[in-house]
Amino acid sequence: MSTELLLGGIMVAALVLYVLFGGADFGGGVWDLLASGPRKREQRALIEKAIGPIWEANHVWLILVVVLLFAGFPRAFAILATALHVPMTLFLLGVVARGSAFTFRAYDSRGDRQQKRWGMMFSLASLVSPVLLGMIVGTIASGRIRVEGTTITSGFFMPWLSPFPLAVGAYALTLFAFLAAVYLCGEAGTDALKEDFRRRALGSGVAVGLLALACFALSRRHAPVIALGLTDHPLTWPLHVITGLAATTAFYALFTRRFTLARGAAIVQATMIVLGWAASQYPYLVVPDVNLFAAAGNARTRTLVLIALGVGSLLLFPSLYFLYRVFKGTSAFEALDKPRD
Amino acid sequence: MDSLTYARAQMGMSLAFHMVFAALGVALPLFMVIADYLHLRTRDPDYLEFSKRMAKGTAILFAVGAVSGTVLSFELGLLWPQFMGTFGDVVGLPFAMEGFAFFTEAIFLGIYLYGRGRIPPRVHFWSGVAVAVSGLASAFFVTCVNAIMNDPSGFQMVEGRPADIDPLAAMFSRPWAHETLHALLACYQATAFALAAVHAAVLLRHPTSTLFRKALRVSLWVGAVTALLQPLAGDLAARHIAEYQPAKLAAAEALYETRDHAPLLIGGIPDDKTGEVHYGVEIPSGLSMLAFHDPAATVKGLDAFPPGDRPPVAATHFSFQVMVGTGSWMALLGAITLFGWWRKWRLFESRKYLWAVVATGPLGMIALEAGWLVTEFGRQPWIVRGAMRTKEAVTPFPHMAAPFWTFTIVYVLLGIAVVYLLFRQLRHAHVAVGDPRTVGPVSLRGPVSRAPASAAPESAAPESSASESGAQVGGPDEH
Ligand code: HDD
Ligand code: HEM
Ligand code: HEM
Repeated sequence: MSTELLLGGIMVAALVLYVLFGGADFGGGVWDLLASGPRKREQRALIEKAIGPIWEANHVWLILVVVLLFAGFPRAFAILATALHVPMTLFLLGVVARGSAFTFRAYDSRGDRQQKRWGMMFSLASLVSPVLLGMIVGTIASGRIRVEGTTITSGFFMPWLSPFPLAVGAYALTLFAFLAAVYLCGEAGTDALKEDFRRRALGSGVAVGLLALACFALSRRHAPVIALGLTDHPLTWPLHVITGLAATTAFYALFTRRFTLARGAAIVQATMIVLGWAASQYPYLVVPDVNLFAAAGNARTRTLVLIALGVGSLLLFPSLYFLYRVFKGTSAFEALDKPRD
Repeated sequence: MDSLTYARAQMGMSLAFHMVFAALGVALPLFMVIADYLHLRTRDPDYLEFSKRMAKGTAILFAVGAVSGTVLSFELGLLWPQFMGTFGDVVGLPFAMEGFAFFTEAIFLGIYLYGRGRIPPRVHFWSGVAVAVSGLASAFFVTCVNAIMNDPSGFQMVEGRPADIDPLAAMFSRPWAHETLHALLACYQATAFALAAVHAAVLLRHPTSTLFRKALRVSLWVGAVTALLQPLAGDLAARHIAEYQPAKLAAAEALYETRDHAPLLIGGIPDDKTGEVHYGVEIPSGLSMLAFHDPAATVKGLDAFPPGDRPPVAATHFSFQVMVGTGSWMALLGAITLFGWWRKWRLFESRKYLWAVVATGPLGMIALEAGWLVTEFGRQPWIVRGAMRTKEAVTPFPHMAAPFWTFTIVYVLLGIAVVYLLFRQLRHAHVAVGDPRTVGPVSLRGPVSRAPASAAPESAAPESSASESGAQVGGPDEH
């Protein structure tokens, strides 16, 4: 395998992990905003506890993607940062508001009005940031960013202010909310609380399905390369099938209250969605003018970065595992240890 | 202002903001593990308390450091796309390693914060050490990036693009050793003096608090040692730039004319039009002496460079003066402190001394920011010295005023929020561990507590107190 492809693959893997962990954090913020009913407080407390200490670790995945992008494919990074200046800046504002509000709320622990305000800021930012993130992805895929040489000819607003990116933004939001709700079902301490999040998981799961269809429908006109990739690529049909199976399993498991199974299925589903996007966009980094191989930078840097990644993960994954273990109090792979609830 | 000016201002502001939290994020874990170590060794609950407070501070500041750092990694592209598009694979390796270092730091910080009372004390202590070491590593790697920008190596420029890139040679380009040494010391020094000031301020109100005495002692140890080492590291840096980045030195010293027996300038307002410095004090041959350790040495002045290649003199000179001035004062205070301890002076009984420590508190951070300004202004007009100019790197995005003002407002609000929060932590903190007579808010205006802390019953079972509530780490409020 070429090092370009390997590095690209690692970036996709990091994005998957970002969606699974960081995405669920955003989703938690959404449910914090929508907390309602008699157990409003308990819902919020559970969300806070679940996000707890690992949010920082969860969000480093995104930084890793950015760093790998400019180390491996500098030209693509320059083009994306220029063409998507506005949505990226807005996304960053969301990240700042969210991260600081969450921490301030946690440490400003006197249960007063101040804390409510931090909570509000945290959940609003959790709502806005995923939409922007989805819009960024949608724009990259839509083929509306046009480049001649190093000059961007498509302007700073038109590409991302259009139906397809907006639909992908909404899709990302619901997907994150769905993931969070499914995880929270498993982590809730009482049955009543589990029920609360089970209902939310089912509702957002339906929304995920509907928005997936909407994105697909829109892609035929607004993102032709992706539409073609979604139907014609040899890899994508198996991916669709697995996604569909996973989604069905997740619903079945939620209906029958098998929350560990539901979590596993939701994880597979979200992973397949990201992989499906990546496969249908291959070999473009920015559709249709920036190709993975053409945008690649220096080969030696790529090799060294890959070596650093290899050595680093020997350190990283065990300690990450240890963190989840310490924090969740049980093994992180509980789902594998105990197949049934 | 034009796009370029806005972009520079936004970058400088974001970095200056990040730097405060980054420095604290690098150094607070050191104090945390020193306190833990002392607690493991002495079983003195005061040290445990100190460690918990450091941990709580670290958690708040780390979060702000992480978000402002995330902003920075995007801003490199948002503001300087040509720089990243051209040199992304030159600076990519240290940035990638920096990313890993953050990751380990964030992971072990999580383990440390939430593991107190859940994992064995020794494992807990070593995860604290891992936090401190990875903080150090991340600062090291990112400073290597800065070294590349200041004096690039490991590639050849061919038709405006780097060719034949050797990423390792680039990462260890000439200034790496002096920059990383000096910048890391700066993180510890700035944090140590800030901490010392806080503890000294509380001691002024509550002179009997053993906890704050011990905390002040630890902070001052670190502060004094780093403050004494820092001028040596700074001298190394100065001699290096005299040789390899002479335009930066000329600007820092406001030396307009190339000359031998160059004087050292103290103070003064440089005037670019006439090439003269007003109101300065000159020490004859001082600069030649410092830069080359030879009073007769010739030092290159700004006239050795075409006008288009000169850094902004006033800004660089002023920042340099601030750094060296505050640095010298801290070194003096450090020397007095160490000497005083050696002679067994009762420094902490002296209100004058404590007030001096309080007043010195902000100077470490000020020196650190000023030092970075020297490096950054002194490199201008280059973003990568000799290879790409800042104006060639800037984004073509036409409405740069909007993000600049937005981020300015956000950072101002964030800064206010952090300061307010930390003050609240302090106000609600207790003076001593478990002593019912001294427990009470440490109001900076509040009553002075006279109770002897030694009478404290061991009521607060400290290792377990933090464990029930995940979000409330350390800190005395839970007792
Ligand atoms: C606590 C902070 C602090 C203190 C007390 C000092 N410095 Fe400093 N200085 C820094 C913090 C700093 C810094 C922020 O860390 C810089 C910016 C880049 C770097 O490598 O370190 C720096 C840069 C810097 C440079 C430019 C290096 C370059 O661009 O490569 C020189 C020449 C000096 N310093 C010299 C000194 C001298 C002679 C000092 C004598 C007291 C001194 N510094 C005290
Ligand atoms: C090690 C880390 C750093 C890196 C990689 C870095 C990188 C950069 C880059 C890419 C620019 C824009 C191009 C330029 O103007 O030359 C810049 C400018 C600037 N940076 Fe840094 N920087 C670092 C540390 C800092 C710190 C800690 C400060 C804080 C005080 C700072 C202050 C500034 C300022 C004020 C400018 C604008 C300079 C001007 O245009 O006149 N930098 N930096
Ligand atoms: C000398 C200058 C710098 C030092 C010492 C430094 C150090 C640190 C440290 C210790 C952290 C961890 C957070 C904390 O402890 O508060 C951090 C966060 C971060 N920094 Fe910096 N930094 C510097 C400059 C930069 C520059 C120039 C960039 C970007 C290009 C950058 C990007 C980041 C990023 C992306 C994070 C977030 C990582 C996370 O989420 O954990 N830093 N920095």
